[in-house]
Amino acid sequence: MEGQPSFWRRCLGHRSFVAGGSLTGLLVLTAIVSLFWTPWDPIKQNLRDRFASPSWEHLLGTDQFGRDIFSIIMAGAQNSITVGVVSVSIGMAFGVALGLWASAKRGWVEELIMRASDFMYAFPAILLAIMLVATLGQGAINAIVAIGIFSIPVFARLTRGAANAIWAREFILAARAAGKGKLRITIEHVLPNIVSVLVVQATIQFALAILAEAALSFLGLGAQPPTPSWGRMLDETRSMIFINPWLAVYPGMAIAISVLGLNLLGDGLRDVIDPRLARKR
Amino acid sequence: MSVFLAKRFLTFIATLMGATVLTFMALEILPGDPAAVILGIDAPESAVQALRDKLGLDRPILERYFAWLGDIVSLRFGVSFTYSTPVIELVQARLAITIPLAIMAMLLSAVVAFVLGVYAASRHNKAGDVTVMGISQLGISVPNFWLALLLILLFAVNLRWFSAGGFPGWDNGVWPAFKALLLPAVALATVQGAILARFTRSAVLETMREDYVRTARAKGLTRRATLWRHVLRNAMIPVITIMGLQFANLLAGTIIVEEVFALPGLGRLILQAISNRDVVVVRDVVLMLAAFVVFINFVVDILYAVIDPRLKPHDV
Repeated sequence: MEGQPSFWRRCLGHRSFVAGGSLTGLLVLTAIVSLFWTPWDPIKQNLRDRFASPSWEHLLGTDQFGRDIFSIIMAGAQNSITVGVVSVSIGMAFGVALGLWASAKRGWVEELIMRASDFMYAFPAILLAIMLVATLGQGAINAIVAIGIFSIPVFARLTRGAANAIWAREFILAARAAGKGKLRITIEHVLPNIVSVLVVQATIQFALAILAEAALSFLGLGAQPPTPSWGRMLDETRSMIFINPWLAVYPGMAIAISVLGLNLLGDGLRDVIDPRLARKR
Repeated sequence: MSVFLAKRFLTFIATLMGATVLTFMALEILPGDPAAVILGIDAPESAVQALRDKLGLDRPILERYFAWLGDIVSLRFGVSFTYSTPVIELVQARLAITIPLAIMAMLLSAVVAFVLGVYAASRHNKAGDVTVMGISQLGISVPNFWLALLLILLFAVNLRWFSAGGFPGWDNGVWPAFKALLLPAVALATVQGAILARFTRSAVLETMREDYVRTARAKGLTRRATLWRHVLRNAMIPVITIMGLQFANLLAGTIIVEEVFALPGLGRLILQAISNRDVVVVRDVVLMLAAFVVFINFVVDILYAVIDPRLKPHDV
């Protein structure tokens, strides 16, 4: 790559990447810090101090149970990160495996896997997630699993498309001529060459997972009390919107900032990894 | 063309069948006895057994699936356990809200996306483009139910232009009903519009690079005339497809937004059925919604082929 700036230099020169990376970094940092420290206990109620206005003591005020809102928002970041990491891992583990399998085997295996993913695509995902959570029972884990299941076809399709392009390359032919089996070629040559595409998609799916979990929790189907969750905070403050409208503003901002950060990061990564696409867009 | 239609139709039927299997299985994986789940833990054994008989739970699973499938195909939907009303009647009453809401949101988002997307493309890489794309990036990141809350805060709590929720019914005049659906439609359309605007922009940019556009400019057409006569018509083809694909999201979004605005539509029906453990309603309504989405996508596929004669059937 002579004459081209290094990967990190290109990253740092890309506005979306820097903005998205900073916001995502803030989210991760908040979640980590909140594991050890929050200004107040995000769970313990203090009924004498309900609906306090923002002050130096309570930066964003307190909620209907007298809990410090800033602390709950901080702790809520943990929930969002967990949801994103677990559901994207589920989607990636199964989706990438299926995609690689389809691409290596071709024929009816590929056809079957791709038709199944097409079907999952056509089906309104959140509907089935709602139904799944409704039957399995409300709760954070079921919500995460439901969200994860619906990112499987996304990764399966993407992997298969990218892997097919790799399989057509000459170095694969060389590897086959050297007597390597399909499994070994897949692991040693195909997978390393499609990782960048997968990372970009994982960032976008992370953002979608946070949105989906917030929606499920808002409907009472996701994280259950007292786990701090932005979606559930919004649900709980709905009836108090006339008393203290700001209660409904902060958690939504936290969700929007996280999702915005991840989306920008995904866009930036895609441009940096594949500059040809950036010029086309 | 007829081969293409037949193939699409077969896929459509297969997808529908898949949807029935999925919705049916979702109830089957219910841990424990569905009858006991519906009635709750305190229910006497005789009542549970009676419900089990009524739902036919003692029969083998395949037999129950095909019996249910037969009912669905002949449009004999189940009877709600909590309302003691056929599901189809419950649905009919609520469609009067959900369908107009979805259509309003769809139209609104299409108009917004069209204006913003075409504007951004015509100012490619200039300040206008960057601003519009920035706004759309924000729009994509905002959860629609939060936007709904913010709209209530602004227009219902502070300005008092709209009511914070509820639905007066179509019998009390079209305007009050329309007004009650306007804020929910805006909440839904913002996110959809933001996504569509980005697709519209890139579709217009893509089309502007085509040879026939250069030819049109070369024969002396103004930029504006080229845009309207040649670019937009062709750029709309992928945009329409995305609109079809987005419809599933829109419908899912109505479930949440209806909840925020306390609109007695399909979404609230499902959510209430979930909290009442009314599995028959959940299953049948989810299937209806899924079938609707699959049908819309089928129609879009067909339209796609009709609009764009360049597409050879095997390319679609």
